[in-house]
Amino acid sequence: MNAPVYASPHAVTTRTTRQIMGMVMLALAPATVAGFWQFGWPAFCLWLVTILSCVTFEAICLQIGGRRAMPVLLDGSAALTGWLLALSLPPWAPWWLGVLGAAIAIVIGKQVFGGLGCNVFNPAMVGRTVLLVSFPVLMTQWVNPQMLAQGTDLSLAVQVGLGGGIPDAYTSASLLGHVKTDLGRGVPLLEAMSAFTPGQGLDGSRAGSLGETASLLVVAGGLFLVAKRIIGLRIPLGFIAGLCVPAAIAHASAPDHFLPPLAHLLSGGALLGAFFIATDYVTSPSSPAGQWIFAIGAGLLTWLIRSWGGYPEGVGFAVLLMNATTPLLDLWARPRIFGRSLTGRSLPARRRQEFIR
Amino acid sequence: MAHFVIPPIRHLLTRWGIHPDAHKFPAADLGIVDAGLPPLIVLPLAQQAGAPARPVVKVGEHVLKGQRVADPAGAISAAVHASTSGTVIAIGEAPMPHPSGLPGLAISLRPDGEDRWVELHGDPYPIRLEPAEISRRVAEAGVVGMGGAAFPAAVKLALGQRSAIDTVILNGSECEPYLSCDDRVMRENAADIIEGSRLIMRATGAKRVLVGIEDNKPEAIDAMKVAAHPFPEVSVVKIPSRYPMGAERQLIYTLLGVEPPAGGRAADVGVVVHNVGTAAAVWRALRYGEPLIERVVTVAGGAIASPRNLRARVGTPLQWLIDRAGGLSRQPARMVVGGPMMGVAVGDLDIPIGKGASGVLALTHAEVGEREPSACIRCGSCVSACPVGLLPLEMANRIHAGELGQAEDIGLRDCLTCGACGYVCPSRIPLVQYFMHARGELVALEREGKRLDRVRELTEARSGRLEREAREKAEAQARRKAERAAAAKKETAA
Repeated sequence: MNAPVYASPHAVTTRTTRQIMGMVMLALAPATVAGFWQFGWPAFCLWLVTILSCVTFEAICLQIGGRRAMPVLLDGSAALTGWLLALSLPPWAPWWLGVLGAAIAIVIGKQVFGGLGCNVFNPAMVGRTVLLVSFPVLMTQWVNPQMLAQGTDLSLAVQVGLGGGIPDAYTSASLLGHVKTDLGRGVPLLEAMSAFTPGQGLDGSRAGSLGETASLLVVAGGLFLVAKRIIGLRIPLGFIAGLCVPAAIAHASAPDHFLPPLAHLLSGGALLGAFFIATDYVTSPSSPAGQWIFAIGAGLLTWLIRSWGGYPEGVGFAVLLMNATTPLLDLWARPRIFGRSLTGRSLPARRRQEFIR
Repeated sequence: MAHFVIPPIRHLLTRWGIHPDAHKFPAADLGIVDAGLPPLIVLPLAQQAGAPARPVVKVGEHVLKGQRVADPAGAISAAVHASTSGTVIAIGEAPMPHPSGLPGLAISLRPDGEDRWVELHGDPYPIRLEPAEISRRVAEAGVVGMGGAAFPAAVKLALGQRSAIDTVILNGSECEPYLSCDDRVMRENAADIIEGSRLIMRATGAKRVLVGIEDNKPEAIDAMKVAAHPFPEVSVVKIPSRYPMGAERQLIYTLLGVEPPAGGRAADVGVVVHNVGTAAAVWRALRYGEPLIERVVTVAGGAIASPRNLRARVGTPLQWLIDRAGGLSRQPARMVVGGPMMGVAVGDLDIPIGKGASGVLALTHAEVGEREPSACIRCGSCVSACPVGLLPLEMANRIHAGELGQAEDIGLRDCLTCGACGYVCPSRIPLVQYFMHARGELVALEREGKRLDRVRELTEARSGRLEREAREKAEAQARRKAERAAAAKKETAA
């Protein structure tokens, strides 16, 4: 008898890695389509180019590493990285920016560490941040969604994608960038914000990255993931709290210098970060306490960077900084083991209390 | 019946565990059927936790049903009885339900078809017996825990006489998918279980009995409530369905709200936990003098033609049970003895069932699931599933890297190997396999360490002895020299 030896359990859930990745993409789809709707064909082309290059770079890396490429590619993680990276790029960025970002995200952000599950930093954010530092002008050129009411055609998309550079008529400023510049010039906050209304942040008719402007759809996608139990509520809530609580306190004490919490929440990809970027499984802690610390820390760092840092936006930096703490958080913020105290010692033999009535 | 309620706040605070597909039907709704007499009975000697039993019969000897064929060997062991009358045809190795697939010692019995009992000594009112006498008779009957671990019941009873026990918990949770043998026993033999639980209460000196039954078995709860009605000290408690609710510590926590200390026993918090089937076996052992020679087994799974619960003799081969359940309707991907979460995969249908076998499952490919492991995406499903609060992914990582000590530091020893983490893993990582392997390695390392310690002790003792001898020799030499010198001096002086 030479039957193979199988370990228990002999039953398994139907959920697979591929399913999880697919579900996340599904959750991203509404906000992405809204982005295409607002920013037109150039946005769609950029999105497509970024995803395709991510998958291509992943395949090349796997080939070099001598691993079977197909099963790994099919898990969808590379495509998801590309998708998230595309959503965090300016919608009219030139196509090569997407390709370069994909290369950085997949090769440096992920495969160098050993591929899926081994990377320390969120690959999409590594890609975005390197691009932001290297091409500050291209990465902060926003298009004005209102200027696109007449629609764009493919020829414009090709022109924008190849040549880069946005026709002056279409350029606009994001709320955070505009306020940062104006505050730097000594303009009072209220005046600086006069051109922006909170409603813009909700329905997506504002300048911003490709997929983060339609805040309501981003939140809806996030809540879908929560309902499907793919992500927990700890990281999104912790992130939002870490961002909004200090913002509210600062705004209340110095309304002239600090943006209100709602403005923070509805711009600069904060909600995309809270629900989709910070919740990345690989680079966030897996213990409940660790998740709270991670999320609150990321939110707080975002606010600090936006308020005092050199860059108007801070989600990417904040998430990357907290990613670095994840291994430590996983080690230090372990859950309490049943029958043991937090320090790992056995609990005293305590008798039960009475519950008989 | 006293009214016992789990405080609702505890429901809200429980976050551990999983909800696997139950697959309890249709077997749970069909009555228990006798499996009949197989042509060969193989009685494993190591079917209980602890030491294997020592055979007391010889090949060729004729034995009666209920006759003792093997004695307990050591403090934690249990007697084995013939489950029918017949002739002992072999005492030797036979295929066993063991994870390694290795054979074990067993007594093979060729039934004579008469099924003749030995003389049984029951007691019409066993509740009047002394506690020590109850546990003696339970040991006599070879009763072991029937929930799966097969821990000798008498040892647990005697344990209760040593430490102060105030509550007996009967485990009727049956949280493993597919299995419904406890459910059926509770529905059909509720009175036996309640009587048995009162005997356990008497033997341990406890004040009350709590029967915990998962809320997915309403018929069993009703039947047990009716049976428990005359006894104010017995309460039947509905507990939430989740896996692994039947784990001893988790059940105690759910019912009583106290956590037994890690590394300790349930008795430390004044509790002793027995399976409902064990309670029924205790009752039959004392009331009728019947040893534990048969049990109810769930035969189920997608590849079984008509799944149901069978009353089977201990030692019945799997093939016989499967045939009684209509045979295989298709080729199974995996045969399992026990439940799908913690059971043992077997490759041979000649394997007999033991006293602890609660199920025989023939699972199809679809049920077992696709098994190609991929990279861990650190999704944390295993962390929220773990009933003990471990980080299975971190432990598996460390074991993978060969850092067994680190894995131990973050809780490897607290793992129940319940399989909840392996069930939820979307990457299909065989987590439980990692943990079992690491534990085996740790035990081996410990043993090796002990051996080395002993060797070092012996070497040190030897070198100490040699040193001492050399010193003594030198001293004696010096003494003699001095004596000689003194004598010579005396001579010269003279």
